[in-house]
Amino acid sequence: MTGAPLIEVEDLRIDIGDGRSRVAAAEGVSFRIDRGETFGLVGESGCGKSITALALIGLLRPPLSIGSGVIRFDGHEIQHLSAAAQRDLRGNRIAMIFQEPMTALNPVSPVGRQIAEMFVLHKGKSWREANKLAVEALASVRVPAPERRVNDYPHQLSGGMRQRVMIAIALACGPDLLIADEPTTALDVTVQAEIIELMRNLCAERGTAILMISHDLGLVANVCRRVAVMYAGRIVEERGSTDIFRAPSHPYTKGLVDSLPRLGSRAALGRSRLKEIAGVVPAIANFPDGCRFNPRCASATDICRSVVPTADFLEAGGLVRCHHHA
Amino acid sequence: MPMLSFLIRRLLQTIPTVLAVVMLVFVLFSVVPGSIASTMSDDVDPQVELRLKQQLGLDDPLYVRFGNYIAKLATGDFGTSFRTREPVTSMIAKRAWPTLQLIFTAMAFSVVVGVPLGFIAALRPGGLVDTLAMVVAVSGLSIAKFWLGLMIMYVFALKLGWLPSFGYGDGGLKYLLLPAVTLGVSPMALFARTTRAAVLEIMSADFVRTARSKGMSEVRVVKWHVMRNALVIILTTVGLQFGGLMGQAVVVEKLFSWPGIGSLLVDSVLQRDIPAVQGSILVVVLAFLAINLLIDLLYGVIDPRIRYA
Repeated sequence: MTGAPLIEVEDLRIDIGDGRSRVAAAEGVSFRIDRGETFGLVGESGCGKSITALALIGLLRPPLSIGSGVIRFDGHEIQHLSAAAQRDLRGNRIAMIFQEPMTALNPVSPVGRQIAEMFVLHKGKSWREANKLAVEALASVRVPAPERRVNDYPHQLSGGMRQRVMIAIALACGPDLLIADEPTTALDVTVQAEIIELMRNLCAERGTAILMISHDLGLVANVCRRVAVMYAGRIVEERGSTDIFRAPSHPYTKGLVDSLPRLGSRAALGRSRLKEIAGVVPAIANFPDGCRFNPRCASATDICRSVVPTADFLEAGGLVRCHHHA
Repeated sequence: MPMLSFLIRRLLQTIPTVLAVVMLVFVLFSVVPGSIASTMSDDVDPQVELRLKQQLGLDDPLYVRFGNYIAKLATGDFGTSFRTREPVTSMIAKRAWPTLQLIFTAMAFSVVVGVPLGFIAALRPGGLVDTLAMVVAVSGLSIAKFWLGLMIMYVFALKLGWLPSFGYGDGGLKYLLLPAVTLGVSPMALFARTTRAAVLEIMSADFVRTARSKGMSEVRVVKWHVMRNALVIILTTVGLQFGGLMGQAVVVEKLFSWPGIGSLLVDSVLQRDIPAVQGSILVVVLAFLAINLLIDLLYGVIDPRIRYA
């Protein structure tokens, strides 16, 4: 981790609600991603990972808004940029892929045109040039017969092909950061692997950093060099991806790792039940005091119920927020 | 050729619809009291009435009359008016143009005003324009046409003297404007509401978020991604309203003494001029079916997901 990071998030707080009744949907979120790095953000639905991503790309819509904190991109604070300046970054230097390739593309517009828009918007190309570049972009995501496919509409493509189109759109302008929000959740497992592989290779070739968001710890650890685990709006642990599997520190991360099904575990350990984390994620409006995981944590003590744990930096690198971490 | 076979099939499908309409009107007029003879005077000599009925073939059994009518209809003969002794086809031909003028002008007015109004309202929901637009829309839908027509006549013709109060005149825009606006207000209101709802729904769609993530301005998001999707929904409403307008034109034509098919229909009903009523209704139904077919074809142009199979 040398040199200036590509993106640095410091103590970000995202509010939900209007002026009078604001609740923090995410708070104290801090992380950094270096150029060309792969970073994963993992957590259950509603833990705040997607809204963190939307905040980075400036797409929070009411009732969500940035409450406080700093987002520094390439050395410049971007959280208070004008709408026009944000648009110059968005799509051009920070791009995003969404979860649902079925609905994330405009159903009544040919996919080529939807790619070409990027070149018109950010590279000042004419539609004619942009359409040619769109064919190349489609070829680069290994869509067969791209010169014919550009005229297809999204409903004529399979889920995997649509996600390839999304990747082509996102990478069209050669962004510095690609945010992938559950990019393969809606796809078949075999297609999933292809798409992940494609995304990883293309980004590696172009030096594009990836922020990957998923509820699938296994997938994220596979793709990313470092992983942050979010729980109830806070990052509870951030580690190198191999470490987090080998020796998770936070009880929540441990729970996640233990609840992953493992191939061959029955032969090695005999018949055993898959572990689960008891309880459910608390709702935003009634997050518990202290450590937010305490109601579900087996090793919770009095301090966990009253004091918010601070970040402890681990010797092996990374950090954890737990009063009793290993 | 899927489009052509679709077209042929749809055209064939109109035949039973037309037959059903003809039959319904036939049965209806055989049960309503009174006849062309009884509408001529309050005390008709029963013998005169009988002779008239014989002349016009009204004393034949219903099924014979129906059979005769259908047979003639198949050759394009709509029969002869009881009232004017003129062929119904030529009566209708004379009045088709004024009605078309009225309906299309009303439709143009309602689309040109209503759709942009809905768009603007949806872009700032809860804003001043939105509130005003929706007040206009709700009033437009609830105001009775004959009252609105009278008010418009009163203000623009009588008080301000800008436009003629009624009549066809030379058929120019001057004469057309008041009846067309009267007729167009309620579809305009409906288009404003439908457009607003459609645009609001589309603005929260995933692909709009994608468009925003590309770094587009809101204006471009609307122009490049929202408009065409909204058009599919708006087009459906426009198609349905065309049918509605043809019905409502009856009131407006009568109110403004507009020599269209609507007023022909009203006059013919009052005088039990069955062939003219049949013919007018048939023409309206055919026009309605034609417009719906046209809308169905347009869907395919706008929305690539629709296939004619």
